[in-house]
Amino acid sequence: MIPAAFDYARPSTVEEALQVIAEGGDDVKVLAGGQSLIPVMRLRLAAPELVVDLTRIPELRGVREDGDALVVGAMTTHSDVLTDPLLARYGQLLVQATETVADRQVRHRGTFGGALAHADPAGDLPAVALALDAEFVLAGPSGRRTVPATEFFVDYLTTALEEGELLVEIRLPKLGEDWGVRYEKFNRVAQAWSIVAVAAAVRREGGRIAEARIGLTNMGSTPLRATATEQALLGADVSLEAVTAAAALAADGTSPSSDLNAQADYRQHLARVLTRRALAAATGL
Amino acid sequence: MTVTEDAATVAPAKEVGQARRRKEDARLITGRTTWTDNMVLPGMLHMSVLRSPVAHARITHLDVGAAQERPNVVAVLTGRDLAEEQGSIPCAWPVTPDMVNPGHPSVAVDQVNHVGEAVALVIARSRTAAADALEAIDIDYESLPVVLDMEEAVTGGADLVHGHTESNTSFHWVFDAGEAGTGADTEQAFAEADVVVSRRFVQQRLIPAFMEPRSVVVQPSGDNFTLWSSTQIPHILRVMLAMVTGIPEHKLRVIAPDVGGGFGGKLQVNPEEVLCLLAARRLGKPVKWTETRSESLMSAHHGRDQIQYIDIAADREGNVKGLRCRILADMGAYLRLVTPGVPVLGAFMFVGIYKFPAYRFECDGVFTNKVPTDAYRGAGRPEATFAIERIMDELAVELGMDPLELRRKNWIDAAEFPFTTAAGLEYDSGDYEAATQQALQLLGYDELRAEQQRRRESGDPVQLGIGFSTFTEMCGLAPSRVLGSLSYGAGGWESASIRMLPTGKVEVVAGTTPHGQGHETAWSQIVADQLGVPFEDVEVLHGDTAVSSRGMDTYGSRSLVVGGTAVVKAAEKVVAKARTIAAHMLEASEDDLEFTGGKFSVRGTPGASVGIQEVALAVFASHDYPEGIEPTIDAEATFDPENFSFPPGTHICAMEVDTETGFVKIRKYASVDDVGTIVNPLIVEGQVHGGLAQGIAQALYEEAIYDADGNLTTGTFVDYLVPSAADLPHFDTGNTVHAAPGNPLGAKGVGEAGCIASTPAVVNAALDAVRHLGVTDIRMPLTPERVWRAIHQGGDGGDRATAGSNAYGGAQTETTAGVSTPASALGGDK
Ligand SMILES: Cc1cc2nc3c(=O)[nH]c(=O)nc-3n(C[C@H](O)[C@H](O)[C@H](O)COP(=O)(O)OP(=O)(O)OC[C@H]3O[C@@H](n4cnc5c(N)ncnc54)[C@H](O)[C@@H]3O)c2cc1C
Repeated sequence: MIPAAFDYARPSTVEEALQVIAEGGDDVKVLAGGQSLIPVMRLRLAAPELVVDLTRIPELRGVREDGDALVVGAMTTHSDVLTDPLLARYGQLLVQATETVADRQVRHRGTFGGALAHADPAGDLPAVALALDAEFVLAGPSGRRTVPATEFFVDYLTTALEEGELLVEIRLPKLGEDWGVRYEKFNRVAQAWSIVAVAAAVRREGGRIAEARIGLTNMGSTPLRATATEQALLGADVSLEAVTAAAALAADGTSPSSDLNAQADYRQHLARVLTRRALAAATGL
Repeated sequence: MTVTEDAATVAPAKEVGQARRRKEDARLITGRTTWTDNMVLPGMLHMSVLRSPVAHARITHLDVGAAQERPNVVAVLTGRDLAEEQGSIPCAWPVTPDMVNPGHPSVAVDQVNHVGEAVALVIARSRTAAADALEAIDIDYESLPVVLDMEEAVTGGADLVHGHTESNTSFHWVFDAGEAGTGADTEQAFAEADVVVSRRFVQQRLIPAFMEPRSVVVQPSGDNFTLWSSTQIPHILRVMLAMVTGIPEHKLRVIAPDVGGGFGGKLQVNPEEVLCLLAARRLGKPVKWTETRSESLMSAHHGRDQIQYIDIAADREGNVKGLRCRILADMGAYLRLVTPGVPVLGAFMFVGIYKFPAYRFECDGVFTNKVPTDAYRGAGRPEATFAIERIMDELAVELGMDPLELRRKNWIDAAEFPFTTAAGLEYDSGDYEAATQQALQLLGYDELRAEQQRRRESGDPVQLGIGFSTFTEMCGLAPSRVLGSLSYGAGGWESASIRMLPTGKVEVVAGTTPHGQGHETAWSQIVADQLGVPFEDVEVLHGDTAVSSRGMDTYGSRSLVVGGTAVVKAAEKVVAKARTIAAHMLEASEDDLEFTGGKFSVRGTPGASVGIQEVALAVFASHDYPEGIEPTIDAEATFDPENFSFPPGTHICAMEVDTETGFVKIRKYASVDDVGTIVNPLIVEGQVHGGLAQGIAQALYEEAIYDADGNLTTGTFVDYLVPSAADLPHFDTGNTVHAAPGNPLGAKGVGEAGCIASTPAVVNAALDAVRHLGVTDIRMPLTPERVWRAIHQGGDGGDRATAGSNAYGGAQTETTAGVSTPASALGGDK
């Protein structure tokens, strides 16, 4: 539980950070809130030679509007998310999911960007980003590029971030008043990770469902979309029957892992039940 | 009248019974105290332990050369280096004459028997240097077959944990009421019974998970050694370490400074305590070892882990006729301090509060390649209480009776105390009906039963159940003669002394060793009443063998009932001694003196009085002291109880079960405990809450899981789920008070009651919610998956997958890698 020795740098701009990382050799790790990185370093599952701390880069923290999008800085902490007025208005799905993350202490340090870059399939925020088709802005030595959520999450703990790249901001669509959202998390004790969770956002037009976005947490090595359910909901009327029938498809195509919290078949069952509950709540049923 | 009233005749408010805030809490909670790991001594070195990543193997190669060359490393020691001096971790409880004890080296010499066993030590100038150098130790293992499953381990031809033993069974221990003369013949009772119900219950393995990790500091000074340890048992530790290491007892001082929790987990002679002492002796320098949380979870002893085969016999009217228990108790790889004694202690409680005419108990202690088990809050009694309270519910179902009616029909009535059970114990006092009535009230029983009915009828996905646990337990360990009859290696007395300082302040020196219980407050309250001095004038000293030379320490809900009694008796002696001096000072006869409110006064002579605190000053000067009297009023007392203390109670749990997901949620929890006279209601409440939390945790959350290779999957708090306040309900607690006849305080133990009683109430409640769906058992802990499977697939919910959750990169313990890949966020370095 003591990390191996490492060097430490604390740049104050993104430019400087990129430079430090570029010069740091192949064994560099970026430190955001440290709530995932420090534990794995202490367990010596990771032993970087250089740790580059992003906490003193002001441009990476905060939420702003950009037309139809909200732009969330990678270093925006979970507790920032919970108190941000723009997110309160347009980002309720993220807010709800963030409320379920860990405990107060962890939320004060942990960051939105860190949680996404870490890409833990049991983490709550990747599924939200995926459901909302978030865009990931990455900065590297040769400039910036934008990666859609579908391409960002590659595998277990693995993202599209290349060596030497930083996640700088995440663009989320503003969800207006025609959207209903719900993050339905299932875990055993209050501060624990999700066994399974469902992020649902539903747009209603008249009595019908015009658009549904459903992200699944911990149903595979990356966050997943419940595509079959989303399609079944398109144009469906807002009723418990329709929602229940669509939710029955939520686990289609998934192959979740088995661990001491849940075996795969039970995870699939949970995904269906939780999807139904999330949809019912999101549609106000 | 008020004008002429003599102040001395107004009895001051009694301290005992007051809800005093604990005087030690401010320093404990804010950390402004010396926890063992806070200690820094000049020249202090740090010890780090390399632990086996495999469960069963021969060490074929061990080269520490490279580690010795690491910066700031002072020494690297292996089992070979210490083989001659390390002796064996002692087992003080040889429960049968032919019990097999394979011996327990502190550091493995040529074979490892569980994951986490120490295989080498690095001693370095800093903690980090010591931890870093572990990686440079080169060690190879040759695997041996791993023994994990008790039921397999006891079959003929099973692989052996210890190759030199004949089987994996350490001992076979039997209590038979027929043979002991405390009951009728059990086989006959079963043969003649109308109804027999049999069940197999699994008591999962638990981890005590105290808040403060274990920590040891040893300071050599010439041929003397001072050892600080985060231990519950400084006195026992001193004796044992002297015996193990050969360091003469009078050359060894052991100190337990403030200790952050133990729950039995620090009732141990830890390998690391021995190793730290040996390292300090070798190097002539102070050495510190503080464990990491991962080390703690995988190498500090575990608790529970029994398989229980329970048969109950009754007639059709619901009168119980006999109880038969066969137990497999997992010892783990070795026997530690009281490992075999835990199930044996439980043997006496399986009959619970019921009048069984016949009873038989058999237990096998079984070796497996896991961390040794030992005492954990309740030690034996939670296992027993679970078995009896679960089987009573099963019998009620079989008979079609209300579970409470069945209990009432068989429990000991208030008028029948003292009552000797089929297990041979004489229960002291109680009123089970009164406690039950109060608990039903607190719960709002009738309303909840009505709601349960409604939910059933409407087929609500959330079902409601109500579960009972009407229990007693034996605590206040223990009458020395009983311990002797059970072959325990020590007595059960407790010692205390009181020192009257010249300024009238009082030092109470206790042999008990609190690690969160609030003794400083409670003992002060007791002494304030006994001596008539202000609460604030009393200081309680404990935990240092040089200050408190005699003691049996703290465990088994013994401190108040045994240790508190020693304090009372010491105070009585102080008063007796002071009376002689006071008589001399007042020029009166001792017989004419009255002692109230801290003052000796001469009967019939108003105004002639002297306070005990003034007597203390007079003794300090001793200018005018009666001839032939020793100039001190200090006193010491040792108390050996004649019987255990039996706190009974009724716990009722109302549980919601989400049948769609299997999620269980306690709706309401009511407990009424009878702990005799209550010295401090706040402390009692705290003990009950903490006990409930741990008992509920066994029912719902906690389980130490080993995978098929013997790796501890639940090696971090990500996977070993300790609940927090957020996961627990509000507790509706109450008390009935039947003063204990066995001690002058009238108090019964409370430290373990909540933990002992609650587990079966919770499981019974969950079953009551879903029994109509065909569920007859659910294995603990009641994970949502198990509950869901039991409802939808039958059985008891079955085994859990043994892989850890993927959080933290799938990290299980320090010795097993996670699942990172070269491309993943963790990188492929491990
Ligand atoms: C007790 C506990 C309970 C928790 N429970 C939950 C939970 O219930 N749900 C949940 O979702 N999470 C949970 N977490 C994790 C928490 O949300 C973390 O904050 C989050 O996973 C990581 O964020 P961080 O800012 O701490 O990142 P860090 O730990 O600092 O970094 C994580 C990884 O991302 C990389 N990284 C970070 N920022 C960047 C960047 N800008 N660009 C490129 N790479 C980057 C790091 O190099 C590292 O590999 C828990 C954590 C703890 C300690």
